[in-house]
Amino acid sequence: MKFTEIRSHLGRFKVGIAGAGGLGSNCAVALARSGVGTLVLSDFDIIEETNLSRQYYFKDQIGMMKTQALKENISRINPDIIVIDNQEILDRINIPEIFSECDVIVEALDRSDMKEMLIETVQLKMPGTPLVIGSGLSGWGKSNAIRYKKIDDTLYVCGDESSESSPDIPPMAPRVGIVANMQANTVIEILMKLN
Amino acid sequence: MMISLNNRKEEFGMNTISVGEMLKLKKFTFKLRIIKINGVLVSKENYDSTIIHDGDDVQMIYLMSGG
Repeated sequence: MKFTEIRSHLGRFKVGIAGAGGLGSNCAVALARSGVGTLVLSDFDIIEETNLSRQYYFKDQIGMMKTQALKENISRINPDIIVIDNQEILDRINIPEIFSECDVIVEALDRSDMKEMLIETVQLKMPGTPLVIGSGLSGWGKSNAIRYKKIDDTLYVCGDESSESSPDIPPMAPRVGIVANMQANTVIEILMKLN
Repeated sequence: MMISLNNRKEEFGMNTISVGEMLKLKKFTFKLRIIKINGVLVSKENYDSTIIHDGDDVQMIYLMSGG
C-alpha cells in the first residue's frame, strides 16, 4: 500500500487524545504526520519550561494552553488536519461527550488515578471504542522492557507497566517518545483494519 | 479451580473467589490497576462483590504515573 493511499484511508477517521503532555503531544504529531483526519485534544494545562524536556512544544510557547499550542504545531505540519481542542478537566460525565464519535481514544494522562478514571469511563460508558493506554515510561534505557499488549479488541497497553515517575526517575524524551509513538502505531494498526 | 491470570494458568484451592480475595491471596498490593474478567471491566468498588469462577480469563494492567 502506498503512503498516499494509507493517508487517504486514515483521513476519514477521528481520534481522541486525553492529555497533551509528553505522551499526548508526541502521539498527536505522529498521527497528524500520518494523515489521521480529525484529532480531538484535551488538556487543561499551560506549557511550562520544564515540559520542553519531552513534550512537543517550543520555548516561545511557554504560557500557552497546551491544546492551543499543539493545534498550532500540527497546523504547521499539516494544515488539512482538523484539530478540536478542549480545556475541561476530564471527568466521568464529560469524557463521553468530549470524545463522542471518536474511532479510537488515546489515554495520555499523567496521574495514575486519572488514568484509572478515564479507562473505567471509556470501557463502561463507551463500549466498543478502542482505547490505547500508556503505562510505564519513566527513566532511561531498558528499551526492550517497553512493549505493546492487546488485552482485547477495546483495550491496548503500551509501556513497561513498571517504571513509575518520581523525582529520581523522571519522564525523559526518549522513553516517553517511544511509548507515545507506540500508541500512535497502535492507533494506526486499529484504523487500518476499519472500513 | 483454575483461572487464566494475564494469560498464565493459576490454581486456587476454592471453587470461587472474589476479586478482592484474589488480590489479597496473591499479595497484589499495588493500588492502581485495571482488572477485566472475560473482557468485562470490574470497577474498584466492585472488587469484593465480583466473583471469579473456574475457567475465567482475568486480565490485570498496572497503571504507572507519567504521561
